[in-house]
Amino acid sequence: MSDDSLWTIFINATLVNNFVLAYFLGICPFLGVSSKMSTATRMGAAVTFVMLVASLSAYGINALLEWLGAPYLRLISYIVVIASAVQFVEMFVKKMSPTLFRALGIFLPLITTNCAILGLALFQTNRGYNLLQCLVFAAGAGAGFTLALVLMAGIREKLALAQLSDIVQGTAISLMVAGILSLAFMGFAGLGAA
Amino acid sequence: MAAEPRDITGADDLVRGLWRENPVFVQVLGMCPVLAVTNSAVNGLTMGLATLFVLVLSNTLVSLLRDYIPRQVRIATFILIIATFVTVVDYLIQAFSLELHRSLGAFISLIVVNCLILSRAEAFASRHGPLRSIMDGLGMGLGFTLALLCMGAVREILGNGSLFGVAVLPSAFQPWIVMVLPGGGFFTLGAWLLLINFRKQQRAKTLAVPVEQP
Amino acid sequence: MKTVDIIASDRQSGLAWPMYRALVGIGIICALLIVGVFLYTAPQIERNRAELLDRAILRVLPGAAEVRRFELEQPVYAAFDAAGELLGVALQAHAMGYQDTVRILYGYDPQRQIIVGIQVLESRETPGLGDKIEHDEHFLQNFAALDVHLSADGQSLAHPIELVKPGQKTQAWQIDAISGATISSAAVAGMLRKSAEYWVPQLYNMRVEFTPQAEADDGS
Repeated sequence: MSDDSLWTIFINATLVNNFVLAYFLGICPFLGVSSKMSTATRMGAAVTFVMLVASLSAYGINALLEWLGAPYLRLISYIVVIASAVQFVEMFVKKMSPTLFRALGIFLPLITTNCAILGLALFQTNRGYNLLQCLVFAAGAGAGFTLALVLMAGIREKLALAQLSDIVQGTAISLMVAGILSLAFMGFAGLGAA
Repeated sequence: MAAEPRDITGADDLVRGLWRENPVFVQVLGMCPVLAVTNSAVNGLTMGLATLFVLVLSNTLVSLLRDYIPRQVRIATFILIIATFVTVVDYLIQAFSLELHRSLGAFISLIVVNCLILSRAEAFASRHGPLRSIMDGLGMGLGFTLALLCMGAVREILGNGSLFGVAVLPSAFQPWIVMVLPGGGFFTLGAWLLLINFRKQQRAKTLAVPVEQP
Repeated sequence: MKTVDIIASDRQSGLAWPMYRALVGIGIICALLIVGVFLYTAPQIERNRAELLDRAILRVLPGAAEVRRFELEQPVYAAFDAAGELLGVALQAHAMGYQDTVRILYGYDPQRQIIVGIQVLESRETPGLGDKIEHDEHFLQNFAALDVHLSADGQSLAHPIELVKPGQKTQAWQIDAISGATISSAAVAGMLRKSAEYWVPQLYNMRVEFTPQAEADDGS
C-alpha cells in the first residue's frame, strides 16, 4: 500500500513522470500518430479509456492471483486482459462513431502492443496502489500521454511547413523535439510532492 | 513444405539483423526499451541480451508450431508464446542476480510488448523452418543489443564519464548530465539516426552519380 | 499439414475446433514452461533475497553475530553481537523517489537512541545523479549517528528528522541533502522521518523484548 496522496499520484503521472517523456512508454504511437492534431487527440482519448479499463482489470487480476498464489501468471494475464480491453474498445468505437473508427484505422489494434498500457499495469502492481489510487494513476497517465501527444502534434504540424534538411526529416527531428519536450517537463520535478 | 532456397544461407539470416535491417536504426522498432534502459552501458547490454534470449526462443517455438496455428488466432498465440518466455527470462534474471533485476525493474516484463519480437514472429518465424528462425532471432537480437550498446555507451560516457562503471574520461570532464536523463535518450537516438541518414544519403549520392549522366 | 490445408478442411468440419485446439494446446505448453521455470528458480531466488537482506543488515548493524526476525506490523530484524547484546534493530522503509520507488533498510540503536546507518535496497534513480544516495560518502555519513531520541513523554521523537540544504547541517537530527539530487535525498529523508516517527517510540519501549534466540529458547 502506497501512502502517496491521490493528487500527488495524478500530478506525478501527468507531468512529473510523464509516461512518454520520462518513462519512454508508448513511443511507437507517440512517433506514429502525432503528426496531426486531430488523430493525436483521438488516440489520446482512446488510450486513456483503455488505460482506465486495463487498470481496473489489472487490479482485479492481481488480487485473484495473490489469492491463488500464482504470481508467475501475472504477465500473461495482464497481456490477455489488455488485448481483450482493446478489442472491446474497438467494437465500442465502431458502434458509436464509424467515422472515428475509420480515422483511427490501424492505430487501435496497435494499442495492444503499446508499452504504456502494460507499463501502467506493472507500475501500479509494483507500487502496491489500492483501487482508487490505481484509477487516479491511470487517469493521470492517460492525461499525460494525451498531453505529450497533443504537444508533439502541434509542433510537428508546424515543422511540416518548415524547411528542413533531408537527413533530419522524419524520425530524427521528432526525436530531437521530443528530447526538448522531455527537458521542459523536467521543470515539473518536485511538483505535488508531499 | 516448400523447399528452402539454397542461395539464402543461415549466415545471411544472421548478418541481416546486425546492420542492413537493424531493428533499431533501420526498422525503428522496439523504441521504448532503447530509450529507457540505455542510461548506462551495462543496463543496455543486459536488456539487449534478455531480448535476444526471448527473441530466439519465441522464434523457435513459433517456427516449430507454425503449421498448427490457424491464421485468425496467430497474433494472440504469438503474444502468448512471447509472454511465456518473457516470464521465464524474468525469473532467470532474478535467480542470477537480484540486483540486476531490481535496476531494470518493470522493463524486463515490458519486453513482451517490444514490437520487434512480434514483428519477427509474424514476418519470419511463422513462415520459415526452425533453424533459419533461430538464425534470424540471433541476428535481430544481436543487432538490437548492438544498438542498445551504442546508445548506452554514448549516454554513459558523455553523461557520467564512465563506461560499464569504469571511469574513462579524466575527472576534469564535467559530465553532460542531460545525457543520462530521459531527454538525453531522445537526443542520442535522434543523433544516431541522423548519422545513419547522412551516411545513407552519401552512399546514395555516390551510387546515383553515374546514373544521372546523360 | 500446411495451415492452408487445415483451414480448407475446416470449412468442411467447422472452423472453431482448430482455433480452440491451437489456443488451448499452446496455452498448456506455455503454462507448463512458466510453472517449470518458476519452480526451478524459486529456491535460488529465495536464497538471493535472504542473502541480500543479510548483507544489508550487516552493513547497517556491523558486528552482528546473530539476527532474529520479529514479526510486528512489518518484519523487524534484531541484531545481537557475539555476547548476545542487542546491537540494534533494522527495518525497511520506502517512498517514491525521482524515477521510481526507493526502498531502504535502516538500523536503529535503542541504547544510544540513534539511527546508525542506512542501506539502499532498491532504487532506480538516475545513474550519476539520484543514485548518489547509494554511494555518496558524505550523504551516508548523515546516518552514522542520526539523533532520534524520544521526547519526555516517550511517545514521540523530540526532534523530527529534517532535510537541510547541502552543507547546512547543524543539528544531529538533520540530514544534508545531496546537491543535484534533491528529490532522491528528500525521498530518503522523508521516508526516514515518517518511519522513525512511527516506529522509534514503539521499538524503544519494547527494547527489552528483543532477545537472542538462545535466551528465548531457555526462557520458555
